[in-house]
Amino acid sequence: MCLALPEKIIKIKGDTAVVRTGTLEHDINISFLPGSKTGDYVLVHAGFAIQKIDEEEAKRTLKLVEELQ
Amino acid sequence: MDESIRLAHGGGGKLTEELVKKVILPYFDNPILRELDDSAVIGPIKDKLAFTTDSYVIKPIFFPGGDIGKLAVCGTVNDLAVKGAVPLYISMGLIIEEGFLVKDLVRIIKSASIAAKESNVKLACGDIKVVERGGADGIFINTSGIGRIIADVSSRKAKPGDAVILSGSIGDHGIAVLLARKEFKLRSSLKSDCAPLNGLVARMLAVSKNIHTMRDLTRGGLGTILNEIAQASGVSIEINEEKIPVKEDVKAACEILGLDPLYVANEGKLVAIASIRDADRIIRSMKKNGYGKGSSIIGRVTTGMRGKVILRTGTGGKRFVDVFSGEQLPRIC
Amino acid sequence: MKYIEEFGRKADILKLADKIKKLNVKASLMEVCGTHTMAIFRFGLKDLLPKGIELISGPGCPVCVTSQEDIDKMIAISRKKSVIITTFGDMMKVPGTSSSLSKEKANGADIRIVYSPLDSLDIAKGNPDMSVVFMGVGFETTAPTIAGTIIKAKRDKIKNFYVLVSHKTIPPAMEALLSLGEIRVDGFICPGHVSAIIGSSAYENVARRFKVPCVVTGFEPVDILEAIYMLLRQKQKKEYKVENQYKRAVSKEGNIAAKNVLNEVFEPSDAVWRGIGTIPGSGLKLRGEYSRFDAEKKFALKVRPARSNRNCMCGKILRGVSKPTDCRLFAKVCTPNKPLGPCMVSSEGTCAAYYKYRRN
Repeated sequence: MCLALPEKIIKIKGDTAVVRTGTLEHDINISFLPGSKTGDYVLVHAGFAIQKIDEEEAKRTLKLVEELQ
Repeated sequence: MDESIRLAHGGGGKLTEELVKKVILPYFDNPILRELDDSAVIGPIKDKLAFTTDSYVIKPIFFPGGDIGKLAVCGTVNDLAVKGAVPLYISMGLIIEEGFLVKDLVRIIKSASIAAKESNVKLACGDIKVVERGGADGIFINTSGIGRIIADVSSRKAKPGDAVILSGSIGDHGIAVLLARKEFKLRSSLKSDCAPLNGLVARMLAVSKNIHTMRDLTRGGLGTILNEIAQASGVSIEINEEKIPVKEDVKAACEILGLDPLYVANEGKLVAIASIRDADRIIRSMKKNGYGKGSSIIGRVTTGMRGKVILRTGTGGKRFVDVFSGEQLPRIC
Repeated sequence: MKYIEEFGRKADILKLADKIKKLNVKASLMEVCGTHTMAIFRFGLKDLLPKGIELISGPGCPVCVTSQEDIDKMIAISRKKSVIITTFGDMMKVPGTSSSLSKEKANGADIRIVYSPLDSLDIAKGNPDMSVVFMGVGFETTAPTIAGTIIKAKRDKIKNFYVLVSHKTIPPAMEALLSLGEIRVDGFICPGHVSAIIGSSAYENVARRFKVPCVVTGFEPVDILEAIYMLLRQKQKKEYKVENQYKRAVSKEGNIAAKNVLNEVFEPSDAVWRGIGTIPGSGLKLRGEYSRFDAEKKFALKVRPARSNRNCMCGKILRGVSKPTDCRLFAKVCTPNKPLGPCMVSSEGTCAAYYKYRRN
């Protein structure tokens, strides 16, 4: 339950951010992520950003494929 | 000429005549139409004929990549083309809501005429009715089409071993139109793929006598059409997810709204089932046409689970592509 | 697409499947979340797992567990004058006792599908003479978005916006399920996006009290397979702790700002889960300061207690006791076209998943 898509913030205006995937853009509410910056990837659900994607952790999760013993 | 359509414009009298002469004929002039009699006389034609009809009720009327006029011509032309017929003549029935702007009607007719010119079809006859406000959503169009059969293709003729060929990316039209309705506030440069495909089909038929089935992918999308073919031919169809082109914006919109591109409408794409021996040659010929540049083999017809469509996922698993029931609705789960 | 495709590479998937096989551990694992059920089918993951691993679908499908009474209430509201219903698309075809929102729309009710509850607020602003009612369904991923919308409605002084609150929470349901004692579960695959809000620490009670391993994971093939591996490792080592596989989106505490918004507007309540019954403390209700947004207060609703088809097995399926293929109605009478129960009509209901992907 919960379709949420990682999308990239390309512009911020107060509580609203413009996010983009490909050339598709829409406005979302970022009040749950104060301190968001342009360039951040955020999980978007029902028009709200619910969490920021941590790039380092993403890399580590992929490394885990090899490291799991 | 009035600015808006009035009930009298559909009355059959002077105003109707004026509308036809000032809006239709300038774009669709030909000797058959110009007779403006109760019926158009065409022929004689010695070959078997294909005969099709479709009604167009799309909202919004104008969308990125086309409009209801272009759609009304391309849709009917494509239905003829994929049945192995050279499109010859179309009819056009307009049901217009009182108050519709004449300049919008001109725009639609002009657009339809450009599509007709590209498809090399002639408008043989037509009709105009006007209904009271609220009686039609702006404008509805019905087009019927007649074509000359030059190849025997059918949904029943797919054979095990045949290649499944797709002419390009799926979902463009459905998503472009959904976004144009502005209910979901997604912005994109995506355009409908609305296009006449008879030129593409002509190339295909010229290089192969072993094309068994052709279908244009309209409402219901690729998933629905493949199921229809599998059931009509009593075969199984296996397709590879990785081979099906989906534009990034279509993918993104589908992920955001929870839609499956396999069931999203197209208006300028076809699927062909042909002998595997001819497949590469057919694709090479398709790529020479502007509307077939993205053509590829996406799967094969097999024996096995007759009447079923099976998808090999990008991750190596397999799943059914079921017949979709009704409309896809955007979702959060 | 970034952060999606990198977690679906075939080579990685096959490596993980191989490592899982080499562990040689048998287990029954429950994926709590309907989106996980769908993902597992969609990516064909069951075909990659060894025979000893059973995956059981859980009750984490908010559409499936919305009580029939709540559906009937929404239908009742839709029949009132000067009302615009707004809802996520998921709810349109869910059968109530005698109708559905989809049927009511065909009968002339003004029912609109929205992508975000904020769109519903815009509709309220644009239609000041109408009462705009939003159907508030969803777990902890979605509830904060409705809470945020309600706060915005209060701030912007919107007087014609209401919510029919039917939100539920996951950890109490997991505990209730285990307390029923009907199923034996060796591990929980925990919902990644709910956890992005509530944090991985929310499952510590479940793990400790029932001695069941819990792994929070995302929705791509690599995520799910890594989580299965981690659960099997725990079983092997006889551990039962909460692990977080989805660290790129989930932290121990979750999203504090979202939780604060949630707690500002809602407080815990008892809730009726369709097919399961009342689970104490598993629902949300509006706090006093926000009660004017409550659709139930605004519209005095009387709905009859629900009756469902006697042969419908959705309850047992949601509790993980039965499979769709155990149900006499499945695929014969109950199909996505004519759903009799919520498990079939929801886009991520267990029956819908089985029907779509695996009818043999």
